Amino acid sequence: MIETFRQLVNSFASPVTIFTSAMVLFILFVTFPAQMTSPWITLPIVAVVVAFFAVGLTDPHFVSIVTAPDNVPIVALLFITGYFTWYSMRKACENDRRMARGEPPKEKLESEEKVLVFPYLIYIEFVIALVYAIGLVVWSILLKAPLEEPANPTVAPNPSKAPWYFLGLQEMLVYYDPWIAGVLFPTLIIIGLCAIPYIDRDTETSGFFSFKARRPVITVFLFGFWILWILLILVGTFLRGPNWNFFGPFEFWDVHKVVPLLNVNLSEFIFIKWLAWGLPKQWFVREAPGIILVLLYFMVPPAILAKTLFKKYYKKLGPVRYSVMVMLLLFMLALPIKMYFRWAFNLKYIVAIPEFFFNI
Amino acid sequence: MADAPKKPKFDLAKFITEGQIWKSMFRHGYTTSDRDRSLSVLTNVFFHLHPVKVRKSGARFGFTWCAGGLSFFVFLTLVVSGILLMFYYRPTVEYAYNDIVALREHVPFGIMRELHRWGAHAMIITVWIHMFRVFMTGSYKPPREFNWVIGVILLVLTMLLSFTGYLLPWDQLAMWAITVGSNMARATPFLGHEGPGASLLSIGDIQLVTAGSDVRFALLGGRFVGAGALLRFYILHCVAIPTVVVILMAVHFWRIRKDGGISGPL
Ligand code: HEM
Repeated sequence: MIETFRQLVNSFASPVTIFTSAMVLFILFVTFPAQMTSPWITLPIVAVVVAFFAVGLTDPHFVSIVTAPDNVPIVALLFITGYFTWYSMRKACENDRRMARGEPPKEKLESEEKVLVFPYLIYIEFVIALVYAIGLVVWSILLKAPLEEPANPTVAPNPSKAPWYFLGLQEMLVYYDPWIAGVLFPTLIIIGLCAIPYIDRDTETSGFFSFKARRPVITVFLFGFWILWILLILVGTFLRGPNWNFFGPFEFWDVHKVVPLLNVNLSEFIFIKWLAWGLPKQWFVREAPGIILVLLYFMVPPAILAKTLFKKYYKKLGPVRYSVMVMLLLFMLALPIKMYFRWAFNLKYIVAIPEFFFNI
Repeated sequence: MADAPKKPKFDLAKFITEGQIWKSMFRHGYTTSDRDRSLSVLTNVFFHLHPVKVRKSGARFGFTWCAGGLSFFVFLTLVVSGILLMFYYRPTVEYAYNDIVALREHVPFGIMRELHRWGAHAMIITVWIHMFRVFMTGSYKPPREFNWVIGVILLVLTMLLSFTGYLLPWDQLAMWAITVGSNMARATPFLGHEGPGASLLSIGDIQLVTAGSDVRFALLGGRFVGAGALLRFYILHCVAIPTVVVILMAVHFWRIRKDGGISGPL
């Protein structure tokens, strides 16, 4: 019974199925937040996740990965962030309902009133600090910090993984070269986060939980946080084995697993497969289609959207803020787009100029 | 005999709290009047990070999840456990690993390393959760934009603190995690020797950006993760980044008050 379950999970699990199911769940969540956060839906989902871990803990391979000392925080992270996402969305929906009835948000009832920091706030802080301190000591007694063999520059472990909080970036390396996944994307994440308050400036919705009035902003943020960051960390930690090959959760990490590399560049698709001319000699001819495609991607949608779907935002934000916002969104979407191209067509690079280490 | 006046009972609490030593530390009595409660905050340098009064909605656990406050507390515990670790640890290739082994084997009740390592993981999580709550309550909006930006820098520095500390045990896990991480710097456009555009930076035939002069070299103090990297990461981890973090935290806390305290609906 359990064996069939494991095999079923292993054969279902792949980057594309996991990413797509997460996307479906995510879209349901932001489309029907009130329903999705009701106990009738939340509890079964929690039950399934817990049951999955419970069944998983009967599998020695699963146990060895999930309980690796440095991986325990990620399991904790999953439940903690899951809980707080649920909590904030539930509060937001409650406030949305209140405001639909013409009442102020719940925080408003108490925001005019002031309380003394001592004892009311210090008391909370004290309890939290105490609970954390006790928890940390228990955690430290139960779980020894890992220490492996002394560092040896000649023996590289397989797989070699970055610390867990950077594994989302390492997972992006599957789809983009290091200059994008390791340098450009982190830079843009930082810039993008900093830009949020300069783009979303409506103060009517500041200082309390709400969703309806902030739907687009919250959707983008949750998409980045959950799908492009947490999910990629989970995949990178638990499902990437030797040679960064993908393994199902109950699959043994076989160093000799052979995965055929059939990835093809856009230029090869065009000049060899479709036109059957053979690859042009000069790189600027060879890569012209890819370069044009990338330029179009960054130039056409902003212009079209400003006139159609985003007309409202364009008017509200003005050209500078609008362009920054759309550029950041396009960069953000570039990751899932390339992921799906990879899964659908084995596309390797859209632009490939190894002469200059310039591959997209 | 029976009518002899009763000797007042010796009251230890009073004896202590009315003595000069106590009074020199705590300047006012403790009754539950608003005045004393305000003074508790005003006359204590640590509590004084807070204002005397806050919005009732902002003092709710359900609103802040206390995640920012907890991040700060976790940071303090990391400073304490980190200082204790520094007594035992020498950042050189010959000693580093053995010092960690010794720490595990010879120090009684040795959980200091665990407290520090798990605390570092915990701080990353609490900072993410704090950012998440600030976002979900829309607390980054004007006038708090700049404090959000300072927060983002603190977030990056928290992860860099953890990253630089990861190398110090000098075991296989440490060395290769940092190798993987720092290899990315090779591909920095123009500044990394395998980055796009780096080959354009040359004078005649002489390449300016090589494996011996790019950003990765600057970070590691060498072409690979070796003695130079260990020393650099040690100093970044124990001195440079914490100093910046402390300064930014001071600005962060000060800004919270200048921006009108914990946010609330308008
Ligand atoms: C080392 C990390 C950090 C520490 C110690 C810290 C500490 C705090 C504390 C104690 C507060 C008071 C309210 C609360 O507890 O929620 C606060 C508020 C705030 N934090 Fe942080 N923080 C950190 C990182 C961040 C990050 C990563 C962000 C955002 C990206 C951020 C943005 C803010 C903002 C905008 C406020 C004002 C919130 C309001 O008025 O409701 N902070 N921070």
